[in-house]
Amino acid sequence: MAERSFRDEVEKLKLGDGAEFHGEGILAVTKALLQSGVSYVAGYQGAPISHLMDVLADANEILEGLGVHFENSASEATAAATLAASVNYPLRGAVTFKSTVGTNVASDALANLASGGVTGGALIIIGEDYGEGSSIMQERVHAFAMKSQMWLLDPRPNLPSIVNAVEMSFELSEASNTPVMLMLRIRACHVYGRFTAKANKRPEFGLADALENPRRDLSRIAMPPMTYIHEKDKWEKRWPDAVKFVEDRRLNEFFDGDANDIGIVMQGGLYNTTIRALMLNKLADAFGDSKIPLYVMNVTYPLVDKEFVRFCAGKKAILIVEEGQPDYIEQAVNTILRRADIQTRVYGKDVLPMAGEYTGGVVRDGIRKFIEKTRPDLLPAGAPISDAPLKQRESKAAALVATDVHGRPPSFCTGCPERPIFAAMKLVERELGPHHVSADIGCHLFSIFPPFNVGATTMGYGLGAAGASALNVKAGKRAIAMMGDGGFWHNGLTSGVGNAVFNKSDNVLIIVDNGYSAATGGQDIPSSFHPHASRGTQNSIEKAVRGVGVTWAKTIDHTYDVALMRDTLREALTTEEEGPKVIIAHSECMLNKQRRMRPLWRKAADRGERVVRERFGVDADTCTGDHSCIRLSGCPSLTIAPNPDPLRREPVTKVINSCVGCGLCGEVSHAAVLCPSFYRATLITNPSGWDIFKDRIRTAVIGFFQRRIERRLAAA
Amino acid sequence: MDTTAQRPITIAILAMGGEGGGVLAEWIVDAAEHAGFIAQMTSVPGVAQRTGATNYYVELFPKLGARSNALPPVLGLTPVPGDVDVVIASELMEAGRAVQRGLVTPNRTTFIVSTNRVYSMTERIAMADGRADSAALLEGCKSAAKTIIHGDLAQLAEATGSVISAVLFGALAGSKVLPMQRMAFEAAIHRGGVGVKQSIAAFGAGYAAAEGGPQPVKAEAAVIAHISPTLAPLMAETGSAAEPARMFMRLGIEKLADYQDAAYARDYLDRLKPIAETDKRHGNGSGMLLAEVARELALGMAYEDTVRVAELKIRPSRFERVRAEVQAADGQIVEIAEFLHPRVQEIADTLPASTGRWLLNTGWARRFVERLTKSGRVVKTSSIRGFLQLYAIAALKPKRRRSLRYANEQAFLHEWLRTIQTVAATNYALATEIATARTLVKGYSDTHERGRRSYDMLMQMLPRIMEMPDPAAALAALRKAALADDTGTALGLAIKDIRPLPQAAE
Repeated sequence: MAERSFRDEVEKLKLGDGAEFHGEGILAVTKALLQSGVSYVAGYQGAPISHLMDVLADANEILEGLGVHFENSASEATAAATLAASVNYPLRGAVTFKSTVGTNVASDALANLASGGVTGGALIIIGEDYGEGSSIMQERVHAFAMKSQMWLLDPRPNLPSIVNAVEMSFELSEASNTPVMLMLRIRACHVYGRFTAKANKRPEFGLADALENPRRDLSRIAMPPMTYIHEKDKWEKRWPDAVKFVEDRRLNEFFDGDANDIGIVMQGGLYNTTIRALMLNKLADAFGDSKIPLYVMNVTYPLVDKEFVRFCAGKKAILIVEEGQPDYIEQAVNTILRRADIQTRVYGKDVLPMAGEYTGGVVRDGIRKFIEKTRPDLLPAGAPISDAPLKQRESKAAALVATDVHGRPPSFCTGCPERPIFAAMKLVERELGPHHVSADIGCHLFSIFPPFNVGATTMGYGLGAAGASALNVKAGKRAIAMMGDGGFWHNGLTSGVGNAVFNKSDNVLIIVDNGYSAATGGQDIPSSFHPHASRGTQNSIEKAVRGVGVTWAKTIDHTYDVALMRDTLREALTTEEEGPKVIIAHSECMLNKQRRMRPLWRKAADRGERVVRERFGVDADTCTGDHSCIRLSGCPSLTIAPNPDPLRREPVTKVINSCVGCGLCGEVSHAAVLCPSFYRATLITNPSGWDIFKDRIRTAVIGFFQRRIERRLAAA
Repeated sequence: MDTTAQRPITIAILAMGGEGGGVLAEWIVDAAEHAGFIAQMTSVPGVAQRTGATNYYVELFPKLGARSNALPPVLGLTPVPGDVDVVIASELMEAGRAVQRGLVTPNRTTFIVSTNRVYSMTERIAMADGRADSAALLEGCKSAAKTIIHGDLAQLAEATGSVISAVLFGALAGSKVLPMQRMAFEAAIHRGGVGVKQSIAAFGAGYAAAEGGPQPVKAEAAVIAHISPTLAPLMAETGSAAEPARMFMRLGIEKLADYQDAAYARDYLDRLKPIAETDKRHGNGSGMLLAEVARELALGMAYEDTVRVAELKIRPSRFERVRAEVQAADGQIVEIAEFLHPRVQEIADTLPASTGRWLLNTGWARRFVERLTKSGRVVKTSSIRGFLQLYAIAALKPKRRRSLRYANEQAFLHEWLRTIQTVAATNYALATEIATARTLVKGYSDTHERGRRSYDMLMQMLPRIMEMPDPAAALAALRKAALADDTGTALGLAIKDIRPLPQAAE
């Protein structure tokens, strides 16, 4: 069960012809899929399209009602391979994952799919995780479109355009026998807006029809000699077909402007930002009416040569607004214009930055530079934006805050069961010295930041163990690899564990088994703890690793037991036993556990049932403000507060009320012999008769002694 | 005709994961749509949901005139520096971040800032005080904004039993920067339907705060309210000292009488007397040496031993404090458990000095106790058994002056005071720095030992430091290095830097 529920919102997917849809981008995409008569949908979660997977999961009933099959794929490779159903059958299918990491994983299947080509529309919805808020390396999906020859749509970031792009993608795919990628940037995925809905369409040809009437076509299989034919077909047939479709259906948009000796070309996804940038330069109004002609490429691959030739006619210069590097589009446009012998000067990365997100301010400044170079007469005279005293105030403000704004890298949530693993690792480090740690993708990667500062590399999802595979020689120390349960099922079982067994690795692997694909929003996975109506959960990770040949495997069912965690890790690092040592650290993701349990506790308390809640606290009068406890934890609920003792200058440690009582603070202060300031408070709501009786006796006896203490203190 | 006259109202919200920034943005969109605006909102969550900084961006466009009916406006997805009408920050450092990103500009921005602090990891893991300068942050915010509304809105949220997003929504309404009536905002909360009563109360508090209503006042620094007759004569002796030495001395007297007895507080004053004279003779009139010694000596004499910890844990005031801190309601029972890990060292420390030394130096006895104290203990102070255990330890207080720890601590303080006296005659500033350096010795077990090691290293460096151009600054730099990490790396490097190389020494 995912972190965010769309149970109410998916009702909007039922809207019929002419109804107005209000909602988030990803929900609109789902609606567009249903309007297009899609037969199957699959994907792998990851920002910014995690919510698309969550919407689909929550909409499963509606999908089934329309005869649409939905799968949570094991990986992006699985998702991409799922599109094989559209190779021989007139089935429309869509898959989704984040890019470029997901596209990397999927690229084997995508290359095979693109080589043979498709019959039914095959759509890949790409969440382009680029720029602010991104969680991955900064690369462009554009390269994948070019290398395998798949078409790439980058629509204007408003719901009508996005919905239209989904519908057009299927048609384009079918018209050119080529898979189509539709890319959505982070903010477009989450943009809230509206569009006029159409009725959902039930697929004419269903998956059952395919199963019952199997077809094959040798010419679509990627195997020599067909692959040589595919390569020619891509260039001779599919490309021209696609270009014709893009032109005929006017997928790209042109907007006139008075200053028609220059023009601006942009990726569709940057349209709104470009209009705002023009507006701030007083060259357009809020409705997109621009003084400069615009060419909006809702399709960024293939480029349509004829459109460029037409747009550049009579223009001395154009500006290409293309986000990310390398500047594939700018290079291609230069080639197009050279071949056509057109002398229009192409500006792009010379006035705009080569790398980094094209936010409003960046594009505003780039366009200004372009205009200064080509049509300075269009710019209003004088300083455009702010005057000197204001600038002065701005720089004074920036100087004042300069040293006092710290970064806030993501870190483990309150009560996270992964934190004690790293606390234990720090304790082992004190005994055995530092070890090489190969990190993985997932929440556990937050260990690389303070306070733990653990982890040397991360090579990709599920590749933690693989990342330590070269460090497999006899030495005084072993390498430690991390892996999450999500990454384990994604590929780590084979790429990491199987590989370590086969290559007789002596390294240690810690698998964080928190029951969910937690970092992407708490989606279920094969080892999720709870039974699931439509998915096969509760599969043991320990059984799986033993199944591929691991003999030293230990499951710790309560990761908060730091001493046990420490002792197990020490043993794994020092045991004589050969072969990989696998520790499975098994405790439920606290974020999901709280989300699951809190409403139940609240209801029980309201019903008058006995509810016990634990939380921790720190006695400010015994805390000396060294904060060792925070350095071994970093829990958001474990923070600092001004020292109530005016003789002391250091802030004291304080536990705030968001504490969920996971127990780590007590365990750490025990295992690390820290200080006696921590206490655990047990709050009993609706106490039983026995609780009340016990409490009365205790209060009476303790009260007697406490009054003696008070008298003595008063006498002093 | 100015085609660029009509522009959207732009609103950026900077929050942290889990603070309800998304709910706030949704309320704004809902209220605006009902008031006839075309609204667009977007966000950047990603991994930032996990306690990191998150941001939301909203644009509102009036649905006025025929044009906007036929043709939708093109709304932006990212805030543009210099073009943001309202910036809402749920925390002071996040407000500083908005300033740093250039989102808050004096030509345009109404800046709604909650001045509460959610400390960053850097601030929290510091070995002493690593907090950012709140005053500078707020000053920066004021300087950057056209209009600023600020206050501890988190405290208002807590007071109204709600979340900060509702208070911020109220402050936004109260800022009157959006052309909507108060009721339009409140209606959005009602339509949201979740926690309406508390949200409306929090909204009201935020609205009042924006209108300049009374803000909650933080508790004042502790003052000595009541002086017991036994301590009155001691307190009277502090009269001649300048502030802040006088305040520290009075606090010290009170602390030590509480820690041991009035006689111990008397000892304290007696030890300060020669320092006060030295300060008068060699000082610059600031009384800084006396102040620092008065402060540190009180802390040093009130070292945290097992007796002290046990005594503080069982006090009735502490039971009440725990109930308040965990926000226990009437009728809820609260049980308290302590996490204690006394080692052989702490046990020996509590014993009479000779017995303690015997225990530490006798192999078999030491091993025996070590085996018993291998793992930590959870003591339930709210149970009769646990309470009496701690009560029994606290009862050793009268025998404290005979304990091994007492002997060690007094010897340490004696040596420290002697060094200060010696140095003060020639270098007042350095003597003051030596007084402050005692702050390194704090905490328990490993932390205490590490602190003591660092302090000893500093004292060993004294002869060399005194040859340097500014000895006080040099010692302060070493103290800071000792607090830079808990492995001693920075201190080691700093010492290496000032230790003369053999050839340089010539």
